[in-house]
Amino acid sequence: MKLPIYFDYSATTPVDERVAEKMCRCLTRDGVFGNPASRSHPFGWEAEKLVNEARQNVAALINADPREIVWTSGATESDNLALKGAAHFYQKRGKHIVTVKTEHKAVLDTCRQLEREGYEVTYLDVEPNGLLNLETFRAALREDTILASVMHVNNEIGVIQDIAAIGNICRENNVIFHVDGAQSAGKVEIDLQAMPVDLMSFSAHKIYGPKGMGALYVRRKPRVRLEAQMHGGGHERGLRSGTLATHQIVGMGEAFRIAKEEMAEENARILALRNRLWNGIKDMEEVYLNGDLEQRIAGNLNVSFNFVEGESLMMALKDMAVSSGSACTSASLEPSYVLRALGREDELAHSSLRFTLGRYTTEEEIDYVINKLREQVQRLRDLSPLWDMYKAGIDLKSVQWAAH
Amino acid sequence: MAYSEKVIDHYENPRNVGQMDDAAKNVGTGMVGAPACGDVMRLQIEVGEDGVIKDAKFKTYGCGSAIASSSLLTEWVKGKTLEEAQQIKNTDIAEELALPPVKVHCSVLAEDAIKAAIDDFASKQN
Repeated sequence: MKLPIYFDYSATTPVDERVAEKMCRCLTRDGVFGNPASRSHPFGWEAEKLVNEARQNVAALINADPREIVWTSGATESDNLALKGAAHFYQKRGKHIVTVKTEHKAVLDTCRQLEREGYEVTYLDVEPNGLLNLETFRAALREDTILASVMHVNNEIGVIQDIAAIGNICRENNVIFHVDGAQSAGKVEIDLQAMPVDLMSFSAHKIYGPKGMGALYVRRKPRVRLEAQMHGGGHERGLRSGTLATHQIVGMGEAFRIAKEEMAEENARILALRNRLWNGIKDMEEVYLNGDLEQRIAGNLNVSFNFVEGESLMMALKDMAVSSGSACTSASLEPSYVLRALGREDELAHSSLRFTLGRYTTEEEIDYVINKLREQVQRLRDLSPLWDMYKAGIDLKSVQWAAH
Repeated sequence: MAYSEKVIDHYENPRNVGQMDDAAKNVGTGMVGAPACGDVMRLQIEVGEDGVIKDAKFKTYGCGSAIASSSLLTEWVKGKTLEEAQQIKNTDIAEELALPPVKVHCSVLAEDAIKAAIDDFASKQN
């Protein structure tokens, strides 16, 4: 077993060797380096052929038409294009947008920008398990609502929203529906022939493709219109100008092709590992799972170890890469806004760790982390005055703390 | 974030971890911070008849820098008079541990803790 161990697959994934190999063939002079937009020579034609294959592979994983795929630089750009593009195009219909407090910053911050431009945005709360209540969502829609954005899988807690049901409510109310699918592609079945979704953002590097590459699905029937955010040579049917990055696109295509082929088997394997991890720690005292256990992707476990601060626990787990819901590492002392939106107390949010498992996680690694966690949580609790107080039966909420 | 060697040393081998009798007249207890902010320090000092700190213990809930700040503080205050201990500045702690700017609040908390412990001791003497 190699140390440090990688348990941060939701942050990014390594590029699959099969993907890297294909990408390398699109860079040098003996490879397919041509500009896919060059119509007058074979260098361009060959590149265009590879781009088309990749487009088909991406479309196939999500059961869409290849013509519905727009290449972008990543899910952040896709979110920006979808939200700003639709909001601008449909502004005569209304200026109200509905989204959720647990969305990724790429959606939330884009919505903030639209607010500065004069749009009104409603940020919905979620249930304590992280899921959106459908009636809450329905009630938030108004006459002037033009657009709703709800992520498929949450990046911190891994919960899966009922996109089909939310999409149906949007259809009934004539609202354009955008879904951030950065964390769901290759992990959850996506069938865009069946799901009433108008716009969906994807990323390559979350599923063993390269960073700096993404796509936006733009529905053709019924047709969804967008105002372009990047102007230039009119690439991607005018929706996103800029020379296509053949090697990146080929990488994303191959990553999506592999995902379609191996997803079922891979999910079963990862789920077994995730359950092994959770079963290995859930009997410890004062351990809380964040987010619904059932409506959740296989690779995510987000846990709070009460009375232990997340960053110090990460320091104890220095031979493994995990992430913490405690924002103590940044200038602000605010803990994760996602965990707070679930109604978790600040102290539990400060005490949380996110483990995300993936293609290369092994059983040996899981057993290693279980042992390390049990030992280090105990060590840090022995150092914790809060643990002493808890053990002495003192209700921490009854204590007058000097907040700073 | 990269931690300094001194922070890592105190975090991995914390000095003077423990608890003293809160009620004892010769013990001063300072508890500062709040769980909601992500750090709580409890510092206790045992003071001799001569006004010298004979022993110090701590427990800390917080990040590695908070643990290291309080651990270092217990080493520093032992053998000092209350007046001398009162003079310890958060900047001394931050400098010794090479804390980055975002972690300076940990050293501030440690300074607050020793002041609170001294106050608590003083209030018991009247």
